[in-house]
Amino acid sequence: MNTILKIIKYELRDVIRSKWILIYFAFLFLITEGMFQFSGSSSKVLLSMINIVLILIPIITISYGIIYMYSSREFTEMLLAQPIKRKTLYTGLYSGLALPLSLAYLGGVGIPFIIHGVDESGQFTVLLILLMSGVALSFVFTSLAVLISLSSDDKVKGLGIGIFVWLFMAVVYDGALLFGSYLLSEYPLEKPMLGMTMLNPIDLARVLLMLKFDMSALMGYTGAVFKKFFGSPYGMLLSSGMLMLWIIVPYLIGKRIFVRKDF
Amino acid sequence: MIRIEGLNKSFGKLHVLKNINLEIEKGKITAIIGPNGSGKTTLIKIILGLMKPDSGKIFVDNKDISKEVEYKNHIGSMPQIARFPENLRVVELINMLNDLRAGKNGVDKELFDSYNLNNELNKMMRTLSGGTRQRVNAALAFMFQPDILILDEPTAGLDPISSSKLKDKILKEQKKEKTVIITSHIMSDIEELAENLIFILEGKIIYNGTVKGLIEDKGKINLERTIASLMESNGK
Repeated sequence: MNTILKIIKYELRDVIRSKWILIYFAFLFLITEGMFQFSGSSSKVLLSMINIVLILIPIITISYGIIYMYSSREFTEMLLAQPIKRKTLYTGLYSGLALPLSLAYLGGVGIPFIIHGVDESGQFTVLLILLMSGVALSFVFTSLAVLISLSSDDKVKGLGIGIFVWLFMAVVYDGALLFGSYLLSEYPLEKPMLGMTMLNPIDLARVLLMLKFDMSALMGYTGAVFKKFFGSPYGMLLSSGMLMLWIIVPYLIGKRIFVRKDF
Repeated sequence: MIRIEGLNKSFGKLHVLKNINLEIEKGKITAIIGPNGSGKTTLIKIILGLMKPDSGKIFVDNKDISKEVEYKNHIGSMPQIARFPENLRVVELINMLNDLRAGKNGVDKELFDSYNLNNELNKMMRTLSGGTRQRVNAALAFMFQPDILILDEPTAGLDPISSSKLKDKILKEQKKEKTVIITSHIMSDIEELAENLIFILEGKIIYNGTVKGLIEDKGKINLERTIASLMESNGK
């Protein structure tokens, strides 16, 4: 445990010195603060932040994570020659990446809300879910970034795969789902759609957020089915569980690769 | 003492190390030589735990290295290409390694001081010149007073003065009963330093014995000629 903390400490220093994490924080802070200045109502800010969270966090986390993993190859090799277990080193490297990314997000979006507050107390849960799902997405895409960078020694290929994964989850997947449901519009598709939504972490976060905003009415009958399912404690539990799986499964596969890898 | 039993390593179809069996004597300087791509660096990386063997076992002081990492406290290594975390200062790098290693013996700054590296302490690793990096690399290998030193082409990239200082330091450490493993393409360096010699060709051990013994055996004037004739007789 002690060694993990030491690794995180030295990695944090490296991450902060590279300044990208500070730019990410400043960017999120300025967007959130800017929206408060322009719209003035916290409900509008919350609504706009959904799209920022769902699109920005995955792409920034996955590309930064992959680039960082490749550029810290020296750090990793140097530490591997020291008396440190590979599993410990992996946990340290992962945490040293996921924690600053999550903190930059929490700070960047959270601080303006602390300054301005929310209009109604009901929005507080929405804010909480917004922050939590953003952190969950940061962890999910850190796991994927680590896994991708360990699977390929070629930097360009790794980054390419990362961007493809993001594009697929953020854009292509929904498009394909929409197209499929259009082709099969004669059939009752609510249940399969529910299942398909569970398989994409960005969709999971989106549904969780949408339902809290009571926008499900806009989604018609499917929205009603979704609300019934995801709105229930069972559905909430299941979708949070799925998000956890999206963090843990790539993390463990990455660990397995890391423990056996030649450097 | 380092004992290697039935070690095999392949990269895809390329069989780099073929059933290596070795014992590296404690308290002596052992040179590993062989042409480029013969598997020297792979062997060293496996001993350091950077690479995993396909089969076979390595024992450092009779402990199986696949089961623990503690043995790395007793190893100081100088990799062929110095790769450092670029955003750290020299002093931070030293503190980090000191922090991560259970350094019971204290710090040995002799080589560090003789290389005048104290002026570079606050510089970022990425701003150092190639030669300075290599000197930091060398000084770090000795810094934590390890019992075993593993030096992969240590004199490459060093100027003659730094190189001589390094060789003096190696001989000095050997007198303190430390085990040294060294690889090099410079035969005169090996003749000067090493007592034992392991010659690897295409992943197999061709010779394992003393340097003097080999030269006398082949009846040549120096190590370079001896190795050349050994390579020729092996169809190279």
